[in-house]
Order: sequence, then C-alpha cells, then structure tokens
Amino acid sequence: MKILVCIKQVPDMESRFKVNADGVWYDERDLAFRMNEYDEYAVEQAVRIKEQLGGAADITILSIGPARVVEAIKKGMAMGGDRGVHVKDDSLAQRDPWQLASTIAAFARSKNFDLIFTGMQSQDRGSTQVGAILAELLGYACATTLIGFELNGDVVTARRELEGGVKAIVRFRLPAVVTCQLGLNTPRYPTLPNIMKVRQKELLAFPVADFLTEESLTITEKMYLPEKKGRARVLEGDVSQLADQLLAILKEKTTVLR
Amino acid sequence: MKTLLICEYRQGKLLDVSYELLAFAERLGADKAMLLIGDESQAPKFGGKVYLADAGKYGEYNPDAHKQIVLEAARREQADLIVFVHSSYGWDLAPQVAASLRCAQVSEIVGVVESKFEVAACNAKLRRIATPKTPQAALTIQAGAFGYRGEAQGTPQIERIEIPAGPARIEFVGYEAAEKKELDLAKADVIVSAGRGVGKKDNVTAIAALAKALGGELGATRPVVDAGWVEHSHQVGSTGQVVSPKLYVACGVSGAIHHLAGMKNSEFIVAINKDKDAPIGEVADVLVVADVMQLVPALTAKLAK
Repeated sequence: MKILVCIKQVPDMESRFKVNADGVWYDERDLAFRMNEYDEYAVEQAVRIKEQLGGAADITILSIGPARVVEAIKKGMAMGGDRGVHVKDDSLAQRDPWQLASTIAAFARSKNFDLIFTGMQSQDRGSTQVGAILAELLGYACATTLIGFELNGDVVTARRELEGGVKAIVRFRLPAVVTCQLGLNTPRYPTLPNIMKVRQKELLAFPVADFLTEESLTITEKMYLPEKKGRARVLEGDVSQLADQLLAILKEKTTVLR
Repeated sequence: MKTLLICEYRQGKLLDVSYELLAFAERLGADKAMLLIGDESQAPKFGGKVYLADAGKYGEYNPDAHKQIVLEAARREQADLIVFVHSSYGWDLAPQVAASLRCAQVSEIVGVVESKFEVAACNAKLRRIATPKTPQAALTIQAGAFGYRGEAQGTPQIERIEIPAGPARIEFVGYEAAEKKELDLAKADVIVSAGRGVGKKDNVTAIAALAKALGGELGATRPVVDAGWVEHSHQVGSTGQVVSPKLYVACGVSGAIHHLAGMKNSEFIVAINKDKDAPIGEVADVLVVADVMQLVPALTAKLAK
C-alpha cells in the first residue's frame, strides 16, 4: 500500500496577526509555525493503516513551502511517516489552491499512490480546495470531511461530517484522495525514540519548478484586519477590579443576577 | 453577470440556507438561476429559472453525477459564477467542478466589497480580497454572512436536467442521525463556554464552576471538544448546538465563524480573552481583556459572596 500524506505548515492561530509590507499576506515574522491541525489527523490515519496492515505500507509525507516547513515534515515522519518530500518554494503565500494541487499531482502522477490523505482545509487560507482538485487531476475517487475511516481490502467505508451533527456513510474503492476533518482520530505525539529515528529516514528535496507549470487562477489583491465594528465595550486593567466592573454591568444589563 | 446558485438538499428537504445564495446574488446585483438536485415538490420559492434534476434518480449524495449535473446546468445557463454554500456539500463539489472547468474558485466569501469578494483567513482574524483571473468561477459563501431577508416567494420556471448514466465512484450508504443530546443547551439562560484559550483540560473545571455560580451550563468550542476536554453534548456552533441564552460568557474563545454561528444571537455576550483583537469582539457586548484563568476564578469567588 503506497500512501501519500500532504501537509501544510501554518502559523499558530492564537497569534496576533499583522499584514505584510506588500499588503497581500500576513507578516510571517514573530509567528510560531506548526503542522496544520487537520493534517495531523491525516498523518495519524495513514500511520494507523500501516499498523493495521502489519507494516505493509509505505508512507510519504509531502509539504510545499520554504525551509521552515521541514520541521512539519519531520514531525510527520516522527509520527510514523517513512519518507519526507520537501517541495521547496519561497513563494508559497502567492500560490493558489489550483497551483498547489497541480504541483502535488505532478509529483504523484507516476507514483501510483493507493491512498492520498490531506486535511480538509488549511487553518490559514482555509480554501478547502486542494484535496478535491488533486483527486480531479489524478482521476481518483474523492471523499471529503471524514470523521471515520475503515479500510477492508481495497474498499473504504467512511463517515463524512455534515451540518447539524448529521453524518453520511460512504463507501469507495482505492485509489482515492480523502480529506480529514477534526476528530477523525486522536493524533499521537511523536515519542523521543521515534523523533531520533527521523534522522535515518529519507528526506528528499525538489525545487517547486520541477512540478509547477500552472499559473494561478485566483489572486489575492489585498489582506487586512477585519474592520472593528466597535460593538464591544472593552475592559482592561486589574483582575479584581475587572471582575467587579463586569458583575456591575451584568446586574445592570441582564436579568441573570437578579 | 449570470449566477447559477446550487441549492442544498438533504433527507428529502430543501435546506433554508439555499435562500442565502439568492441574497448573495442580489448583493452582487447579478442575474440568478438556481439548480436543485432534489424533488420537484421542494423547489425553492423563487420567481426565476430553476434547473431540476431528480434526486430519486441521481441520489442526494453522488459527487460524480452531481458534478455532471452542475456542469450541464452551468453550460445551459452560460453562468459566469457557480455559487455553492461553504458547507460539507460545497467543500466536496465546488473544487471538482472548478477543476473540471479549469476555472478559479474563491472559497468562504463573507462579504462583497466594491463588487469584489471578501474572504476570511486565519480563523477569521484576517480578511482578504480574492479575485478570479478566469472569466468563469466557482464560489462558496459563508452561511449567515448574507442572511436572506424577507419572505421567499415566487413560482419557479422548472427546466429539467437529465444526464447519461456514469460510474458513481462514491457509494452513499446512508445517514447517521445526530447524537442524542443528553444536554439541551438551548434551554439554558446562561452558558459559560470554554475555548482553546483556557489552556488545558484541568482548567475547564474553573469554567464549569463559573457556569454553576451563574446558574447556567457549560458550553465549549469544537477544538475543546475534539481535544477531549469537554463532551460533545456541550458543543456550541454550526456542528454542535445553536443557542441564544440571556447571557453567554465566552472564555478563551477566539471566535471562529462556525462558533459564532451557534451563539451570536445570545441576548448579552461577554468575552474574556487575552487578545483584544480576537474576532469574538465583533459579536460581544463586553470584551474583558484578561487572562481567563485569573479572571474566571475571581468572578466565581465574588459571586459566591
């Protein structure tokens, strides 16, 4: 079983964001980067399949981006990936989902992967497109937003999360691209011995030009902080005084303390 | 500018969110036609053209067939914009349609600014203007962002679509109903919710204690539930419960759009957050800039007096 997991490295979403000098993306300075949360579920599911098959699977972890993304690839390898592929691209922020999917498709096309996992979206761009476009480009079946995954032979039975708590059960044959929703499994923490083993694993690097031949189909004209509508009354200062202030407001504005 | 609006249909019913597509097209000032893959009895109340394909024949969920139907409707309508809801259905189908057409897709549109598409980024902390470079484009719009005002009315002119039978690579087995809720948050007067900003599972106890002191229930955001800190029955948001209590206290909740969708109609909203710029401030009446784990126990202690 040949498995590809496509991951992205994104900023910690608890960060305070600033717009960069070009005004079209966020300023990456002072941000801590980590593996896109949705992709952690993708890596975990791939590793679980390898375990289910008694090790008879080969997992490639791929990421596109500047040098920093190697950290995320290594984390994926420490979780159980067999090999890392770094597609070196210093212009990641300018790529649109079409270009990213085309790049991955060009890498994957001749390699006959049985299963391709990715997160259902990235936390920064949140386009929810790359996995489904990739499936279309490779001619693979595509199942999105999965919170359940069961492999039997070459048949997958999966649960898709819909709205309002409803789920859909779907079944499909490999090869397939699947996109992972939060809660699909419980991603493992890499153990120290497994982190040490990463050094012995293969980490390939390619310039993005090896795979990227497509122009972007969308353009970001501008990025900005949302306009403050100024609805909230903002309280700042000493904690004890804040608590008193807040309780006074609740007494005045609501009926819950009466 | 011609839009083809792709209705949402599930378990034999047209979903109301479909009408938001009309609101979006009106905001753009574009011509409108709709596509329903469903039953004719569920056709939207809309006085324009509705392309109709029978879900009895093609299935409610069958991405291969639905893609062909959308492409056929877009071809007949000569649609410039093919508009989906930003939902599990749109996430699945829009990129496959766009890739088939080799056209641009703009996802999660939350606004229209000078006829351009405004989309959310980084957990709604940033916005960007994203513009298609191709003449045709697929779009997904954020539910709730363009709220349909007024009563839907009108009788559609139905035009049927049939497509040749083709392979269905994804077999739809069935629906699984929402888990039975042990806790009906909708009945609570006060909800105090824990977001990821509370830091760790142990800290949830302090949030629950404040909820109790206020005579309310504990709520939670999706990441907190997924991390196993709080049970799913407490989850507030588009994939949890939708609530409108008299008082909603959001502790360490940044304000992701799907959480806001579940609580923004609360009568009074207090947010406690270290980050003054957190998007929760957009819906809150009061934003207390403080460390949750300092302020919450202080509040609980003062309430006990």
